[in-house]
Amino acid sequence: MKNLICFLFLFGVLAPAQAIVNGHEYPFEDQERAEVFRVLANELRCPKCQNQNLADSNAMIADDLRRELYQQVQAGKQSEEIVDFMVDRYGEFVLYRPRVNAMTYFLWYGPAAFCVIAAIAFGLVMRQRRKQSTQQDKSQAQANEQATYVSSSASSHTDETSAASADFSAEEQARLDALLNGDASSQPTDKGK
Amino acid sequence: MKRWTLYIPFVVFVLLGLLLWRGLYLDPKHVPSALVDKPFPTFALPTLVEGETKTEASLKGGPVHLVNVWGTWCISCKVEHPFLVELSQQGVAIMGVNYKDENDAARKWLNDLGDPYVFSVDDEQGTLSMDLGVTGAPETFVVDSQGVIRHRHQGPITRANWGSIKQIMDQLAQETAQ
Repeated sequence: MKNLICFLFLFGVLAPAQAIVNGHEYPFEDQERAEVFRVLANELRCPKCQNQNLADSNAMIADDLRRELYQQVQAGKQSEEIVDFMVDRYGEFVLYRPRVNAMTYFLWYGPAAFCVIAAIAFGLVMRQRRKQSTQQDKSQAQANEQATYVSSSASSHTDETSAASADFSAEEQARLDALLNGDASSQPTDKGK
Repeated sequence: MKRWTLYIPFVVFVLLGLLLWRGLYLDPKHVPSALVDKPFPTFALPTLVEGETKTEASLKGGPVHLVNVWGTWCISCKVEHPFLVELSQQGVAIMGVNYKDENDAARKWLNDLGDPYVFSVDDEQGTLSMDLGVTGAPETFVVDSQGVIRHRHQGPITRANWGSIKQIMDQLAQETAQ
């Protein structure tokens, strides 16, 4: 029995509800209220300090606001009511999670919009590349035919290289062909295309 | 690819550069007041010296007021104080809000350094200051004759920044006169 009580206590079933914020204990009647307090103390920004929330700050105003927050949570106020209370006095500055409105559309939807723009741009570029490379394949094939025509050597290599040509730029392809053909006479013909 | 599209990254870079360059010169400590153009919050507090209860009604109907939040624990207030005394001698109506202070120390302060205030209310619990969205003393509000807050100034009023506040007050006084 004693063990059971110990167990329940350890796992917070019987433990008195409280929130420990900034080293202070804030006792509550139930865990739910304690949780509301904890969440709000972490989500509301201290109006005096630049980058701290109410829970972290030691500023006088943060202390006052924590007390106010505690009283309001104790009184059973809803999170929205408490947030409105803070915003009415200290402005939207205190919200670490800004509201969605005309001023914050860019903030909320900007990243998604940028991703969409990037995806569209990527798609367009890829399409253009593919178009270019098929054109290149054609011209490359023509060039190779000419090269074969001029010097009838190494015709088996050119077939292989044109199949892989999508991976190379025109200039690289020309150099590769020159090397594979092992024949200086094909170089000017390829470069010219 | 069309040639002009090559300039897109450059243009984006320039725009981003301008945005960040402007950001360098913004004051991150500047918090716009949520109370500008809102009526002065209701209050009923005793004055520091006479102890009579005053409400927001005493700001209405009269001249354009300054409402100055101060405390003896606040060092910037001590810097600001002589200039406030000077302003009151020039006829500027200033209401004081004594923010979370000890009454005796505050009375002694006014005795020793001079009292620039028409009256100071004793905001011992800081409730009025919280309703005003005060984040620290000194802080000063310009309140028009309708009892509406028109401007908020954080930090001490000095000879250097008084010009812009005076301009606002003069403008409001003209509005009232019309």
